[in-house]
Amino acid sequence: MSNAAVTAAATSQATDAGKSALARLSAAFIGRLVIIIPYLWLVFFFLIPFIIVFKISLSQTAIAIPPYTPVLDFGDGLSGFLAQLKQLSIDNYTWLTQDALYFNAYVTSVIVAAISTVLTLLVGYPIAYGMARAPATLRPTLLMLVILPFWTSFLIRVYAWIGILKPEGLLNQLLLATGVISQPLIVLNTYTAIFIGIVYSYLPFMVLPLYSSLEKMDYSLIEAAKDLGCPPTSAFWKITFPLSVPGVIAGCLLVFIPAVGEFVIPDLLGGSQTLMIGKTLWNEFFANRDWPVSSAVAVILLLLLIVPIMLFQRAQARAQEQDK
Amino acid sequence: MNPTWSRFNITSIVLGFAFLYLPIVLLVVFSFNESKLVTVWGGFSTKWYVALFHNQGLMDATWVTARVAVISATVATVLGTLAALTLTRYTRFKGRMLFSGMVFAPLVMPEVITGLSLLLLFVAVGLDRGFLTVTLAHITLTMCFVAVVVQSRLVTFDRSLEEAAMDLGAPPVKTFFQITLPVIMPAIVSGWMLAFTLSLDDLVIASFTSGPGATTLPMKIYSQVRLGVTPEINAACTILIAVVAVGVIIASLANKRREVQRQRDEQAAQRG
Repeated sequence: MSNAAVTAAATSQATDAGKSALARLSAAFIGRLVIIIPYLWLVFFFLIPFIIVFKISLSQTAIAIPPYTPVLDFGDGLSGFLAQLKQLSIDNYTWLTQDALYFNAYVTSVIVAAISTVLTLLVGYPIAYGMARAPATLRPTLLMLVILPFWTSFLIRVYAWIGILKPEGLLNQLLLATGVISQPLIVLNTYTAIFIGIVYSYLPFMVLPLYSSLEKMDYSLIEAAKDLGCPPTSAFWKITFPLSVPGVIAGCLLVFIPAVGEFVIPDLLGGSQTLMIGKTLWNEFFANRDWPVSSAVAVILLLLLIVPIMLFQRAQARAQEQDK
Repeated sequence: MNPTWSRFNITSIVLGFAFLYLPIVLLVVFSFNESKLVTVWGGFSTKWYVALFHNQGLMDATWVTARVAVISATVATVLGTLAALTLTRYTRFKGRMLFSGMVFAPLVMPEVITGLSLLLLFVAVGLDRGFLTVTLAHITLTMCFVAVVVQSRLVTFDRSLEEAAMDLGAPPVKTFFQITLPVIMPAIVSGWMLAFTLSLDDLVIASFTSGPGATTLPMKIYSQVRLGVTPEINAACTILIAVVAVGVIIASLANKRREVQRQRDEQAAQRG
Protein backbone atom coordinates (compact mmCIF):
# COMPACT_ATOMS: atom_id res chain seq x y z
CA MET A 1 0.00 0.00 0.00
CA SER A 2 1.31 3.46 -0.84
CA ASN A 3 2.16 6.03 1.80
CA ALA A 4 -0.66 8.31 0.73
CA ALA A 5 -3.19 5.55 1.16
CA VAL A 6 -1.85 4.71 4.60
CA THR A 7 -2.07 8.34 5.69
CA ALA A 8 -5.53 8.64 4.27
CA ALA A 9 -6.61 5.50 6.06
CA ALA A 10 -5.07 6.68 9.32
CA THR A 11 -6.70 10.13 9.15
CA SER A 12 -10.07 8.74 8.25
CA GLN A 13 -9.76 6.39 11.19
CA ALA A 14 -8.81 9.16 13.57
CA THR A 15 -11.33 11.73 12.40
CA ASP A 16 -14.32 9.53 11.90
CA ALA A 17 -14.68 7.60 15.11
CA GLY A 18 -18.39 7.10 14.61
CA LYS A 19 -17.84 5.62 11.22
CA SER A 20 -15.17 3.26 12.52
CA ALA A 21 -17.51 2.05 15.24
CA LEU A 22 -20.02 1.38 12.51
CA ALA A 23 -17.33 -0.39 10.48
CA ARG A 24 -16.46 -2.55 13.48
CA LEU A 25 -20.11 -3.36 13.93
CA SER A 26 -20.50 -4.29 10.29
CA ALA A 27 -17.30 -6.36 10.43
CA ALA A 28 -18.73 -8.26 13.38
CA PHE A 29 -21.93 -8.69 11.43
CA ILE A 30 -20.06 -10.04 8.41
CA GLY A 31 -18.11 -12.36 10.70
CA ARG A 32 -21.44 -13.67 11.93
CA LEU A 33 -22.64 -14.15 8.37
CA VAL A 34 -19.54 -16.20 7.55
CA ILE A 35 -20.60 -18.64 10.23
CA ILE A 36 -24.35 -18.43 9.80
CA ILE A 37 -24.73 -19.02 6.04
CA PRO A 38 -22.97 -22.40 5.77
CA TYR A 39 -24.31 -23.36 9.20
CA LEU A 40 -27.94 -22.80 8.24
CA TRP A 41 -27.41 -24.48 4.88
CA LEU A 42 -26.06 -27.64 6.51
CA VAL A 43 -28.73 -27.64 9.21
CA PHE A 44 -31.44 -27.35 6.59
CA PHE A 45 -30.04 -29.73 3.97
CA PHE A 46 -28.14 -32.19 6.13
CA LEU A 47 -29.50 -32.30 9.68
CA ILE A 48 -33.22 -31.73 9.15
CA PRO A 49 -33.43 -34.39 6.38
CA PHE A 50 -32.24 -36.98 8.91
CA ILE A 51 -34.97 -35.96 11.30
CA ILE A 52 -37.47 -36.37 8.46
CA VAL A 53 -36.05 -39.81 7.62
CA PHE A 54 -36.49 -40.81 11.26
CA LYS A 55 -40.01 -39.43 11.31
CA ILE A 56 -41.07 -41.25 8.16
CA SER A 57 -39.51 -44.48 9.34
CA LEU A 58 -42.18 -44.39 12.07
CA SER A 59 -45.08 -43.94 9.69
CA GLN A 60 -47.11 -46.43 7.69
CA THR A 61 -46.99 -47.19 4.01
CA ALA A 62 -49.98 -45.79 2.14
CA ILE A 63 -51.10 -45.82 -1.45
CA ALA A 64 -50.82 -42.09 -1.93
CA ILE A 65 -48.44 -39.39 -3.10
CA PRO A 66 -46.10 -39.29 -1.20
CA PRO A 67 -46.58 -42.97 -0.32
CA TYR A 68 -46.79 -42.78 3.48
CA THR A 69 -49.30 -41.62 6.09
CA PRO A 70 -48.73 -38.06 7.28
CA VAL A 71 -46.81 -37.85 10.54
CA LEU A 72 -46.36 -35.06 13.07
CA ASP A 73 -47.99 -32.39 11.01
CA PHE A 74 -48.74 -29.30 13.04
CA GLY A 75 -51.48 -28.23 10.64
CA ASP A 76 -54.30 -29.69 12.73
CA GLY A 77 -53.37 -27.98 15.97
CA LEU A 78 -52.42 -29.68 19.21
CA SER A 79 -55.24 -32.23 19.28
CA GLY A 80 -54.49 -33.34 15.73
CA PHE A 81 -50.81 -33.55 16.64
CA LEU A 82 -51.57 -35.75 19.65
CA ALA A 83 -53.83 -37.97 17.54
CA GLN A 84 -51.02 -38.45 15.07
CA LEU A 85 -48.58 -39.16 17.86
CA LYS A 86 -50.68 -42.22 18.72
CA GLN A 87 -50.44 -43.42 15.14
CA LEU A 88 -46.66 -43.60 15.26
CA SER A 89 -45.52 -47.14 15.08
CA ILE A 90 -42.33 -49.08 15.19
CA ASP A 91 -43.89 -51.59 12.77
CA ASN A 92 -41.23 -50.93 10.17
CA TYR A 93 -38.48 -51.76 12.64
CA THR A 94 -40.29 -54.89 13.81
CA TRP A 95 -40.60 -55.82 10.15
CA LEU A 96 -36.85 -55.41 9.71
CA THR A 97 -36.13 -57.78 12.59
CA GLN A 98 -38.66 -60.36 11.42
CA ASP A 99 -37.37 -60.67 7.89
CA ALA A 100 -33.97 -62.38 7.92
CA LEU A 101 -33.16 -60.68 4.61
CA TYR A 102 -32.42 -57.33 6.27
CA PHE A 103 -30.38 -58.78 9.10
CA ASN A 104 -28.32 -60.80 6.63
CA ALA A 105 -27.86 -57.75 4.42
CA TYR A 106 -26.51 -55.67 7.34
CA VAL A 107 -24.14 -58.40 8.52
CA THR A 108 -22.93 -59.19 5.01
CA SER A 109 -22.34 -55.50 4.25
CA VAL A 110 -20.21 -55.03 7.36
CA ILE A 111 -18.20 -58.19 6.65
CA VAL A 112 -17.71 -57.34 2.97
CA ALA A 113 -16.67 -53.78 3.87
CA ALA A 114 -14.26 -55.03 6.55
CA ILE A 115 -12.59 -57.58 4.26
CA SER A 116 -12.37 -55.02 1.44
CA THR A 117 -10.82 -52.47 3.83
CA VAL A 118 -8.11 -54.94 4.88
CA LEU A 119 -7.44 -55.85 1.23
CA THR A 120 -7.26 -52.16 0.27
CA LEU A 121 -4.78 -51.58 3.10
CA LEU A 122 -2.64 -54.53 1.93
CA VAL A 123 -2.62 -53.25 -1.65
CA GLY A 124 -2.31 -49.57 -0.74
CA TYR A 125 0.46 -49.74 1.86
CA PRO A 126 3.30 -50.85 -0.46
CA ILE A 127 2.23 -48.22 -3.00
CA ALA A 128 2.14 -45.42 -0.42
CA TYR A 129 5.45 -46.62 1.05
CA GLY A 130 7.10 -46.74 -2.37
CA MET A 131 5.82 -43.23 -3.12
CA ALA A 132 7.09 -41.83 0.18
CA ARG A 133 10.55 -43.32 -0.48
CA ALA A 134 10.64 -42.09 -4.08
CA PRO A 135 13.06 -39.30 -5.09
CA ALA A 136 11.56 -35.97 -3.96
CA THR A 137 11.39 -34.68 -7.54
CA LEU A 138 9.25 -37.63 -8.60
CA ARG A 139 6.78 -37.47 -5.71
CA PRO A 140 4.41 -34.75 -6.99
CA THR A 141 3.98 -36.65 -10.26
CA LEU A 142 3.30 -39.93 -8.45
CA LEU A 143 0.84 -38.15 -6.19
CA MET A 144 -1.00 -36.76 -9.20
CA LEU A 145 -1.08 -40.20 -10.81
CA VAL A 146 -2.79 -41.59 -7.71
CA ILE A 147 -5.32 -38.77 -7.60
CA LEU A 148 -6.11 -38.75 -11.33
CA PRO A 149 -8.26 -41.94 -11.42
CA PHE A 150 -10.22 -40.49 -8.51
CA TRP A 151 -11.24 -37.62 -10.78
CA THR A 152 -12.62 -39.98 -13.40
CA SER A 153 -16.14 -41.17 -12.87
CA PHE A 154 -16.73 -43.79 -10.22
CA LEU A 155 -19.45 -45.34 -12.36
CA ILE A 156 -17.12 -45.59 -15.35
CA ARG A 157 -14.37 -47.22 -13.31
CA VAL A 158 -16.77 -49.84 -11.97
CA TYR A 159 -18.22 -50.34 -15.45
CA ALA A 160 -14.73 -50.96 -16.85
CA TRP A 161 -14.43 -54.04 -14.65
CA ILE A 162 -17.54 -55.68 -16.12
CA GLY A 163 -15.75 -56.08 -19.46
CA ILE A 164 -12.73 -57.54 -17.69
CA LEU A 165 -14.44 -59.92 -15.28
CA LYS A 166 -17.32 -61.39 -17.27
CA PRO A 167 -17.09 -65.08 -18.35
CA GLU A 168 -16.11 -64.16 -21.93
CA GLY A 169 -14.24 -61.09 -20.69
CA LEU A 170 -10.63 -60.02 -21.02
CA LEU A 171 -9.33 -61.72 -17.86
CA ASN A 172 -10.68 -65.10 -18.91
CA GLN A 173 -9.47 -64.62 -22.48
CA LEU A 174 -5.98 -63.94 -21.17
CA LEU A 175 -5.95 -66.84 -18.72
CA LEU A 176 -7.39 -69.28 -21.27
CA ALA A 177 -4.95 -68.17 -23.95
CA THR A 178 -1.95 -68.60 -21.67
CA GLY A 179 -3.23 -71.98 -20.53
CA VAL A 180 -3.45 -71.09 -16.84
CA ILE A 181 -7.06 -72.30 -16.74
CA SER A 182 -9.10 -74.53 -19.02
CA GLN A 183 -12.55 -73.38 -17.91
CA PRO A 184 -13.55 -69.70 -17.71
CA LEU A 185 -13.57 -68.40 -14.14
CA ILE A 186 -16.88 -67.13 -12.83
CA VAL A 187 -15.92 -63.87 -11.13
CA LEU A 188 -18.62 -61.42 -12.19
CA ASN A 189 -21.72 -61.53 -9.97
CA THR A 190 -19.84 -62.95 -6.99
CA TYR A 191 -18.49 -61.39 -3.80
CA THR A 192 -14.98 -61.63 -5.28
CA ALA A 193 -16.05 -59.12 -7.93
CA ILE A 194 -17.34 -56.81 -5.17
CA PHE A 195 -13.99 -57.04 -3.33
CA ILE A 196 -12.10 -56.21 -6.53
CA GLY A 197 -14.48 -53.31 -7.24
CA ILE A 198 -14.15 -51.80 -3.77
CA VAL A 199 -10.36 -52.19 -3.59
CA TYR A 200 -10.03 -50.64 -7.03
CA SER A 201 -12.44 -47.73 -6.49
CA TYR A 202 -11.33 -46.80 -2.99
CA LEU A 203 -7.57 -47.32 -3.40
CA PRO A 204 -6.74 -43.57 -3.70
CA PHE A 205 -8.62 -42.91 -0.42
CA MET A 206 -6.31 -45.40 1.29
CA VAL A 207 -3.05 -44.39 -0.41
CA LEU A 208 -3.35 -40.62 0.18
CA PRO A 209 -3.57 -40.58 4.02
CA LEU A 210 -0.97 -43.38 4.23
CA TYR A 211 1.37 -41.45 1.97
CA SER A 212 0.99 -38.22 3.93
CA SER A 213 1.86 -39.91 7.22
CA LEU A 214 4.73 -41.96 5.72
CA GLU A 215 6.19 -38.96 3.94
CA LYS A 216 6.47 -37.01 7.20
CA MET A 217 8.41 -39.83 8.80
CA ASP A 218 12.02 -39.17 9.66
CA TYR A 219 13.96 -41.79 7.75
CA SER A 220 17.07 -41.47 9.89
CA LEU A 221 15.18 -43.45 12.54
CA ILE A 222 15.31 -46.51 10.26
CA GLU A 223 18.99 -45.92 9.54
CA ALA A 224 19.70 -45.69 13.25
CA ALA A 225 17.85 -48.97 13.81
CA LYS A 226 19.82 -50.60 11.01
CA ASP A 227 23.10 -49.35 12.44
CA LEU A 228 22.16 -50.87 15.75
CA GLY A 229 21.68 -54.23 14.01
CA CYS A 230 17.91 -54.31 13.67
CA PRO A 231 16.78 -56.40 10.67
CA PRO A 232 14.63 -54.51 8.10
CA THR A 233 11.37 -56.40 8.81
CA SER A 234 11.49 -55.76 12.52
CA ALA A 235 12.51 -52.14 11.88
CA PHE A 236 9.37 -51.86 9.78
CA TRP A 237 7.09 -53.28 12.45
CA LYS A 238 8.76 -51.40 15.32
CA ILE A 239 9.23 -47.98 13.69
CA THR A 240 7.60 -47.42 10.29
CA PHE A 241 4.26 -49.05 10.94
CA PRO A 242 3.58 -47.46 14.37
CA LEU A 243 4.42 -44.03 12.93
CA SER A 244 1.98 -44.55 10.06
CA VAL A 245 -0.92 -45.57 12.32
CA PRO A 246 -2.78 -42.23 11.97
CA GLY A 247 -2.71 -42.70 8.19
CA VAL A 248 -3.84 -46.32 8.53
CA ILE A 249 -6.79 -45.29 10.70
CA ALA A 250 -7.85 -42.42 8.43
CA GLY A 251 -7.48 -44.56 5.30
CA CYS A 252 -9.41 -47.51 6.75
CA LEU A 253 -12.29 -45.29 7.91
CA LEU A 254 -12.42 -43.53 4.54
CA VAL A 255 -12.81 -46.92 2.86
CA PHE A 256 -14.91 -48.81 5.41
CA ILE A 257 -17.72 -46.32 6.08
CA PRO A 258 -18.82 -45.64 2.47
CA ALA A 259 -18.20 -49.29 1.51
CA VAL A 260 -20.81 -50.53 4.03
CA GLY A 261 -23.54 -48.55 2.26
CA GLU A 262 -22.11 -48.96 -1.24
CA PHE A 263 -24.70 -49.36 -4.00
CA VAL A 264 -23.04 -49.06 -7.43
CA ILE A 265 -20.38 -51.75 -6.92
CA PRO A 266 -22.64 -54.52 -5.52
CA ASP A 267 -25.29 -53.67 -8.08
CA LEU A 268 -23.08 -53.74 -11.18
CA LEU A 269 -20.44 -56.30 -10.15
CA GLY A 270 -22.29 -58.35 -7.54
CA GLY A 271 -25.41 -59.16 -9.53
CA SER A 272 -28.54 -60.55 -7.96
CA GLN A 273 -26.76 -63.32 -6.03
CA THR A 274 -25.09 -60.98 -3.57
CA LEU A 275 -26.73 -59.14 -0.73
CA MET A 276 -25.70 -55.71 0.55
CA ILE A 277 -27.68 -53.15 2.48
CA GLY A 278 -27.20 -50.24 0.06
CA LYS A 279 -28.76 -52.31 -2.68
CA THR A 280 -31.55 -53.46 -0.37
CA LEU A 281 -32.39 -49.84 0.49
CA TRP A 282 -32.34 -48.88 -3.19
CA ASN A 283 -34.68 -51.75 -4.16
CA GLU A 284 -36.99 -51.05 -1.25
CA PHE A 285 -37.27 -47.47 -2.42
CA PHE A 286 -37.29 -47.72 -6.23
CA ALA A 287 -38.74 -51.19 -6.86
CA ASN A 288 -41.12 -51.66 -3.91
CA ARG A 289 -41.84 -47.95 -3.42
CA ASP A 290 -41.90 -48.54 0.31
CA TRP A 291 -40.59 -45.23 1.65
CA PRO A 292 -41.17 -45.90 5.36
CA VAL A 293 -39.30 -49.22 5.30
CA SER A 294 -36.40 -47.77 3.30
CA SER A 295 -36.24 -44.93 5.87
CA ALA A 296 -36.07 -47.48 8.66
CA VAL A 297 -33.28 -49.30 6.79
CA ALA A 298 -31.42 -45.97 6.50
CA VAL A 299 -31.86 -45.19 10.23
CA ILE A 300 -30.41 -48.57 11.27
CA LEU A 301 -27.55 -48.19 8.78
CA LEU A 302 -26.79 -44.77 10.22
CA LEU A 303 -26.82 -46.13 13.78
CA LEU A 304 -24.44 -48.86 12.65
CA LEU A 305 -22.03 -46.31 11.21
CA ILE A 306 -22.31 -43.60 13.86
CA VAL A 307 -19.30 -44.83 15.86
CA PRO A 308 -16.95 -45.10 12.84
CA ILE A 309 -18.18 -41.70 11.62
CA MET A 310 -17.41 -40.09 14.98
CA LEU A 311 -13.98 -41.76 15.02
CA PHE A 312 -13.37 -40.33 11.55
CA GLN A 313 -14.39 -36.87 12.65
CA ARG A 314 -12.10 -37.04 15.70
CA ALA A 315 -9.21 -38.19 13.53
CA GLN A 316 -9.88 -35.27 11.17
CA ALA A 317 -10.00 -32.75 14.01
CA ARG A 318 -6.75 -34.10 15.45
CA ALA A 319 -5.00 -33.92 12.07
CA GLN A 320 -6.19 -30.33 11.79
CA GLU A 321 -4.75 -29.47 15.21
CA GLN A 322 -1.40 -30.98 14.21
CA ASP A 323 -1.27 -28.96 11.00
CA LYS A 324 -1.49 -25.80 13.06
CA MET B 1 18.99 -40.72 -6.03
CA ASN B 2 17.56 -41.87 -2.77
CA PRO B 3 19.35 -45.10 -1.76
CA THR B 4 16.19 -46.40 -0.09
CA TRP B 5 14.20 -46.30 -3.35
CA SER B 6 14.63 -50.04 -3.65
CA ARG B 7 13.56 -52.54 -6.29
CA PHE B 8 10.68 -53.55 -4.02
CA ASN B 9 9.40 -49.96 -3.92
CA ILE B 10 9.59 -49.57 -7.67
CA THR B 11 7.82 -52.89 -8.27
CA SER B 12 4.97 -52.07 -5.91
CA ILE B 13 4.48 -48.66 -7.51
CA VAL B 14 4.52 -50.07 -11.04
CA LEU B 15 2.08 -52.85 -10.16
CA GLY B 16 -0.12 -50.43 -8.24
CA PHE B 17 -0.35 -47.98 -11.11
CA ALA B 18 -0.94 -50.81 -13.60
CA PHE B 19 -3.87 -51.91 -11.44
CA LEU B 20 -5.20 -48.35 -11.29
CA TYR B 21 -4.86 -47.55 -14.97
CA LEU B 22 -5.23 -50.81 -16.92
CA PRO B 23 -9.04 -51.02 -16.65
CA ILE B 24 -9.39 -47.42 -17.82
CA VAL B 25 -6.94 -47.97 -20.70
CA LEU B 26 -8.84 -51.10 -21.81
CA LEU B 27 -12.12 -49.21 -21.68
CA VAL B 28 -10.72 -46.46 -23.88
CA VAL B 29 -9.14 -48.95 -26.33
CA PHE B 30 -12.38 -50.88 -26.77
CA SER B 31 -14.34 -47.70 -27.47
CA PHE B 32 -12.52 -47.69 -30.84
CA ASN B 33 -13.54 -51.27 -31.55
CA GLU B 34 -15.23 -51.98 -34.87
CA SER B 35 -17.05 -55.01 -33.46
CA LYS B 36 -20.21 -54.66 -31.41
CA LEU B 37 -18.81 -57.29 -29.04
CA VAL B 38 -17.04 -55.17 -26.49
CA THR B 39 -14.38 -57.69 -25.58
CA VAL B 40 -13.45 -59.00 -29.03
CA TRP B 41 -11.21 -56.77 -31.13
CA GLY B 42 -12.61 -56.30 -34.65
CA GLY B 43 -10.50 -53.47 -36.00
CA PHE B 44 -10.25 -49.73 -35.45
CA SER B 45 -13.34 -47.58 -35.84
CA THR B 46 -14.75 -44.31 -34.60
CA LYS B 47 -18.30 -45.19 -35.52
CA TRP B 48 -19.45 -45.38 -31.89
CA TYR B 49 -18.48 -41.76 -31.41
CA VAL B 50 -20.56 -40.82 -34.43
CA ALA B 51 -23.47 -42.85 -33.07
CA LEU B 52 -23.04 -41.07 -29.74
CA PHE B 53 -23.59 -37.63 -31.21
CA HIS B 54 -26.80 -38.83 -32.84
CA ASN B 55 -28.14 -40.17 -29.57
CA GLN B 56 -30.44 -37.32 -28.55
CA GLY B 57 -31.23 -38.73 -25.09
CA LEU B 58 -27.55 -38.91 -24.23
CA MET B 59 -26.86 -35.41 -25.52
CA ASP B 60 -29.77 -33.98 -23.48
CA ALA B 61 -28.48 -35.74 -20.37
CA THR B 62 -24.99 -34.33 -20.98
CA TRP B 63 -26.38 -30.80 -21.18
CA VAL B 64 -28.38 -31.22 -17.94
CA THR B 65 -25.34 -32.68 -16.17
CA ALA B 66 -23.04 -29.89 -17.30
CA ARG B 67 -25.46 -27.18 -16.10
CA VAL B 68 -26.04 -28.89 -12.74
CA ALA B 69 -22.29 -29.34 -12.28
CA VAL B 70 -21.36 -25.71 -13.09
CA ILE B 71 -24.08 -24.17 -10.92
CA SER B 72 -23.67 -26.52 -7.97
CA ALA B 73 -19.87 -26.32 -8.02
CA THR B 74 -19.97 -22.52 -8.03
CA VAL B 75 -22.43 -22.19 -5.15
CA ALA B 76 -20.68 -25.02 -3.26
CA THR B 77 -17.35 -23.23 -3.62
CA VAL B 78 -18.73 -20.06 -1.99
CA LEU B 79 -20.43 -21.98 0.82
CA GLY B 80 -17.49 -24.35 1.27
CA THR B 81 -15.02 -21.48 1.51
CA LEU B 82 -17.20 -19.80 4.15
CA ALA B 83 -17.38 -23.11 6.03
CA ALA B 84 -13.59 -23.47 5.83
CA LEU B 85 -13.14 -19.92 7.18
CA THR B 86 -15.53 -20.73 10.01
CA LEU B 87 -13.65 -23.92 10.87
CA THR B 88 -10.22 -22.29 10.95
CA ARG B 89 -10.94 -18.75 12.15
CA TYR B 90 -13.79 -19.08 14.61
CA THR B 91 -12.61 -21.71 17.02
CA ARG B 92 -15.05 -20.85 19.76
CA PHE B 93 -18.73 -20.45 19.10
CA LYS B 94 -21.84 -22.27 20.20
CA GLY B 95 -22.42 -25.44 18.23
CA ARG B 96 -18.95 -25.65 16.71
CA MET B 97 -18.85 -29.40 17.35
CA LEU B 98 -22.11 -29.81 15.49
CA PHE B 99 -20.84 -27.65 12.67
CA SER B 100 -17.62 -29.58 12.13
CA GLY B 101 -19.60 -32.80 12.37
CA MET B 102 -21.94 -31.60 9.63
CA VAL B 103 -18.97 -30.69 7.44
CA PHE B 104 -17.05 -33.95 7.85
CA ALA B 105 -19.91 -36.48 8.01
CA PRO B 106 -21.10 -36.06 4.38
CA LEU B 107 -17.59 -37.01 3.19
CA VAL B 108 -18.05 -40.59 4.33
CA MET B 109 -21.83 -40.87 4.58
CA PRO B 110 -23.15 -43.65 2.31
CA GLU B 111 -24.76 -41.97 -0.67
CA VAL B 112 -27.99 -43.94 -0.35
CA ILE B 113 -28.61 -42.30 3.04
CA THR B 114 -27.82 -38.78 1.84
CA GLY B 115 -29.92 -39.26 -1.28
CA LEU B 116 -32.93 -40.67 0.54
CA SER B 117 -32.86 -38.03 3.27
CA LEU B 118 -32.63 -35.14 0.79
CA LEU B 119 -35.47 -36.58 -1.27
CA LEU B 120 -37.69 -36.82 1.81
CA LEU B 121 -36.83 -33.21 2.66
CA PHE B 122 -37.82 -32.01 -0.81
CA VAL B 123 -41.08 -33.95 -0.60
CA ALA B 124 -41.76 -32.56 2.88
CA VAL B 125 -41.34 -28.95 1.78
CA GLY B 126 -43.31 -29.60 -1.41
CA LEU B 127 -40.50 -28.94 -3.87
CA ASP B 128 -41.03 -30.71 -7.21
CA ARG B 129 -38.20 -33.04 -8.08
CA GLY B 130 -36.14 -31.89 -11.03
CA PHE B 131 -33.23 -29.69 -12.01
CA LEU B 132 -33.40 -27.50 -8.88
CA THR B 133 -33.50 -30.38 -6.40
CA VAL B 134 -30.51 -32.19 -7.97
CA THR B 135 -28.55 -28.93 -7.90
CA LEU B 136 -29.40 -28.28 -4.23
CA ALA B 137 -28.43 -31.85 -3.34
CA HIS B 138 -25.11 -31.57 -5.14
CA ILE B 139 -24.33 -28.23 -3.48
CA THR B 140 -24.85 -29.82 -0.07
CA LEU B 141 -22.61 -32.79 -0.82
CA THR B 142 -19.80 -30.97 -2.62
CA MET B 143 -19.53 -27.91 -0.33
CA CYS B 144 -18.10 -30.22 2.34
CA PHE B 145 -15.35 -31.39 -0.01
CA VAL B 146 -14.58 -27.76 -0.92
CA ALA B 147 -14.47 -26.89 2.78
CA VAL B 148 -11.86 -29.58 3.47
CA VAL B 149 -9.68 -28.56 0.52
CA VAL B 150 -9.79 -24.83 1.35
CA GLN B 151 -9.37 -25.47 5.06
CA SER B 152 -6.14 -27.39 4.49
CA ARG B 153 -4.75 -24.29 2.75
CA LEU B 154 -6.05 -21.89 5.41
CA VAL B 155 -4.34 -23.66 8.32
CA THR B 156 -0.92 -23.05 6.75
CA PHE B 157 -1.80 -19.45 5.87
CA ASP B 158 0.51 -16.82 7.35
CA ARG B 159 -1.88 -14.57 9.25
CA SER B 160 0.70 -11.85 9.82
CA LEU B 161 -0.05 -10.70 6.26
CA GLU B 162 -3.65 -10.00 7.24
CA GLU B 163 -2.60 -8.34 10.48
CA ALA B 164 -0.21 -6.08 8.57
CA ALA B 165 -2.98 -5.02 6.19
CA MET B 166 -5.34 -4.30 9.05
CA ASP B 167 -2.68 -2.38 10.99
CA LEU B 168 -2.34 -0.24 7.90
CA GLY B 169 -6.03 0.53 8.16
CA ALA B 170 -7.61 -1.88 5.69
CA PRO B 171 -11.06 -2.93 6.87
CA PRO B 172 -11.51 -6.68 7.43
CA VAL B 173 -13.64 -7.22 4.32
CA LYS B 174 -11.13 -5.42 2.10
CA THR B 175 -8.30 -7.38 3.74
CA PHE B 176 -10.08 -10.59 2.93
CA PHE B 177 -10.60 -9.74 -0.72
CA GLN B 178 -7.14 -8.22 -1.30
CA ILE B 179 -4.92 -10.42 0.84
CA THR B 180 -6.56 -13.65 1.95
CA LEU B 181 -8.52 -14.51 -1.16
CA PRO B 182 -5.63 -14.26 -3.66
CA VAL B 183 -3.44 -16.43 -1.42
CA ILE B 184 -6.00 -19.21 -0.99
CA MET B 185 -7.19 -18.93 -4.62
CA PRO B 186 -5.41 -22.11 -5.87
CA ALA B 187 -7.18 -24.12 -3.14
CA ILE B 188 -10.51 -22.53 -4.07
CA VAL B 189 -9.96 -23.38 -7.74
CA SER B 190 -9.12 -27.00 -6.98
CA GLY B 191 -12.11 -27.08 -4.63
CA TRP B 192 -14.33 -25.91 -7.49
CA MET B 193 -12.91 -28.54 -9.82
CA LEU B 194 -13.41 -31.27 -7.24
CA ALA B 195 -17.01 -30.15 -6.71
CA PHE B 196 -17.55 -30.05 -10.46
CA THR B 197 -16.29 -33.59 -11.06
CA LEU B 198 -18.14 -34.98 -8.04
CA SER B 199 -21.36 -33.53 -9.40
CA LEU B 200 -20.58 -34.80 -12.91
CA ASP B 201 -19.99 -38.22 -11.42
CA ASP B 202 -22.83 -38.72 -9.02
CA LEU B 203 -25.37 -41.43 -9.73
CA VAL B 204 -26.97 -42.33 -6.42
CA ILE B 205 -27.91 -38.91 -5.03
CA ALA B 206 -29.06 -37.73 -8.47
CA SER B 207 -31.27 -40.82 -8.87
CA PHE B 208 -33.03 -40.04 -5.61
CA THR B 209 -33.40 -36.30 -6.02
CA SER B 210 -33.95 -35.93 -9.75
CA GLY B 211 -37.29 -35.93 -11.49
CA PRO B 212 -38.68 -36.15 -15.01
CA GLY B 213 -36.81 -33.96 -17.48
CA ALA B 214 -33.68 -33.78 -15.36
CA THR B 215 -32.00 -37.10 -16.16
CA THR B 216 -28.26 -36.71 -15.68
CA LEU B 217 -25.56 -38.44 -17.70
CA PRO B 218 -24.58 -40.98 -14.99
CA MET B 219 -28.27 -41.93 -14.66
CA LYS B 220 -28.44 -42.43 -18.42
CA ILE B 221 -25.20 -44.43 -18.50
CA TYR B 222 -26.35 -46.53 -15.56
CA SER B 223 -29.66 -47.42 -17.17
CA GLN B 224 -27.82 -48.52 -20.34
CA VAL B 225 -25.12 -50.40 -18.43
CA ARG B 226 -27.81 -52.48 -16.75
CA LEU B 227 -28.88 -53.65 -20.21
CA GLY B 228 -25.35 -54.69 -21.08
CA VAL B 229 -21.93 -53.37 -22.03
CA THR B 230 -21.91 -51.58 -25.38
CA PRO B 231 -19.10 -49.81 -27.29
CA GLU B 232 -21.28 -46.69 -27.38
CA ILE B 233 -21.09 -46.36 -23.59
CA ASN B 234 -17.34 -46.96 -23.79
CA ALA B 235 -17.17 -44.02 -26.20
CA ALA B 236 -19.25 -41.80 -23.88
CA CYS B 237 -17.02 -42.76 -20.94
CA THR B 238 -13.87 -42.08 -22.96
CA ILE B 239 -15.05 -38.55 -23.75
CA LEU B 240 -15.83 -37.92 -20.09
CA ILE B 241 -12.42 -39.23 -19.03
CA ALA B 242 -10.69 -37.08 -21.65
CA VAL B 243 -12.51 -33.92 -20.55
CA VAL B 244 -11.65 -34.46 -16.88
CA ALA B 245 -8.05 -35.53 -17.56
CA VAL B 246 -7.33 -32.48 -19.73
CA GLY B 247 -8.93 -30.21 -17.10
CA VAL B 248 -6.92 -31.69 -14.25
CA ILE B 249 -3.63 -31.59 -16.15
CA ILE B 250 -4.12 -27.95 -17.20
CA ALA B 251 -5.06 -26.97 -13.66
CA SER B 252 -2.08 -28.69 -12.11
CA LEU B 253 0.32 -27.19 -14.64
CA ALA B 254 -1.12 -23.72 -13.96
CA ASN B 255 -0.84 -24.40 -10.25
CA LYS B 256 2.79 -25.43 -10.61
CA ARG B 257 3.63 -22.29 -12.58
CA ARG B 258 1.95 -20.10 -9.98
CA GLU B 259 3.86 -21.91 -7.26
CA VAL B 260 7.19 -21.33 -9.03
CA GLN B 261 6.26 -17.67 -9.55
CA ARG B 262 5.33 -17.32 -5.87
CA GLN B 263 8.64 -18.79 -4.74
CA ARG B 264 10.51 -16.44 -7.06
CA ASP B 265 8.53 -13.49 -5.67
CA GLU B 266 9.25 -14.54 -2.12
CA GLN B 267 12.97 -14.86 -2.81
CA ALA B 268 12.97 -11.47 -4.51
CA ALA B 269 11.14 -9.96 -1.55
CA GLN B 270 13.65 -11.41 0.89
CA ARG B 271 16.58 -10.15 -1.10
CA GLY B 272 15.04 -6.71 -1.61
